[in-house]
Amino acid sequence: MKYKDYYAILGVERGASADEIKKAYRKLAQKYHPDVTKDPKGEEKFKDIAEAYQTLKDAEKRAAYDQLGSGYQPGQDFRPPPDWEKQFHERHAGAAPGAGGGAFSFDDIDLSDLFGGLGARAGRGARAGAKMRIPGEDFEVTVHLSLEDAYHGTQVELNLGMPEYDEQGRMRQVPKTIKARIPKGATDGQRLRLRGQGGKGINGGPDGDLYLNIVLHPHALFRPDGHDLYLDLPLAPWEAALGATVEVPTLSGAVNLKIPPGTAAGRKLRLAKKGLPKPGGGEGDLYAIVQIVNPTVLSERERELFRELGAASHFDPRGHFARGGSHG
Amino acid sequence: MADIDEAAWLHAEAQVTIVELARASGLPEELLRELVEYGALEPAPEEGDWCFRADCVVRVRTAARLRNDLELETPALALVLSFLERIQKLEAQVRHLHAQLAVPRR
Repeated sequence: MKYKDYYAILGVERGASADEIKKAYRKLAQKYHPDVTKDPKGEEKFKDIAEAYQTLKDAEKRAAYDQLGSGYQPGQDFRPPPDWEKQFHERHAGAAPGAGGGAFSFDDIDLSDLFGGLGARAGRGARAGAKMRIPGEDFEVTVHLSLEDAYHGTQVELNLGMPEYDEQGRMRQVPKTIKARIPKGATDGQRLRLRGQGGKGINGGPDGDLYLNIVLHPHALFRPDGHDLYLDLPLAPWEAALGATVEVPTLSGAVNLKIPPGTAAGRKLRLAKKGLPKPGGGEGDLYAIVQIVNPTVLSERERELFRELGAASHFDPRGHFARGGSHG
Repeated sequence: MADIDEAAWLHAEAQVTIVELARASGLPEELLRELVEYGALEPAPEEGDWCFRADCVVRVRTAARLRNDLELETPALALVLSFLERIQKLEAQVRHLHAQLAVPRR
């Protein structure tokens, strides 16, 4: 176990009052809370901040921390005095070290676990020792899917580290592999729940749930909006002017799409039911957005035809400028 | 280990009871009822005991975490919930607009 300087984590003096500690915690919590911050290290920082506050806000835990920790540097290997090991076990299980099976070492626990049994609000592990039914923790994980997997439905394998508490209330991380079927029609930002796949309940308490947050990988062609999909559809000027039948890709294979004559750039052509499957039945739509694209290199013949078209046409694409901006 | 779990959607078409929502969020039912009074939570228009749209579960869980960690009172919790809902709606709007933006071709 590493020693952590809780005062430095909260940015307060060792002699700070309870009120100063509370204020410092609130300020930092608002900044680094994982539900608020965009800082990728926020979660880690907040864990330390919360751990520091849990110990320092309680007078009894704070006194124990002060007594134990003087003379240690942050990050330094921390060994509690020998009598602490005995006390720790008595508080947690009423048993001597080693009883209840399994080798125990202080290396397996966090500094804050030492103070778990003290004070007004005992920690999770400590409560377990009192034979109370405690529900398992819920967990949230992000699952990245391709659009194709979301369309067809898929199976994912999640490798997680789950905290488990033994009869003495001691916590250890247990690797756990969960296979989950993601039903078809997942959309970006959607949540799913796997019942009972969170942390194990203690003393017969129900197991926690596992929440999945779906994030879709960007796709080279399709942009999802809920269950609808958007696709850029490049057309040659003559295809847009004269109309055409073009092949358009969809997630269920290519389809032919009729382009009406005189199609303007930016027009949305709807391919009904070619989007993602919806949970209540049915599918979203696919929208092809027309882009009019010119050849980057013109042959002499093409150049000549464009010139001829320009000379023969009376079309004025900017006629509305002269009319003060109104179309028509 | 060969077991494959079927994940259940938490979307607008599914519903959770107030008991389930209390369990999922760790918030007491009494507080959930208070949040409905504040207008921060809307029960589904069903007969009998209160049900909610399942897509609120994660939002209520987030609010519950913020309540515990930032020691929020009920009016602040109600405000957090309505802000979270607004953020969710704005994010959906951004996705919608982004999806329609053509990627210019060279």
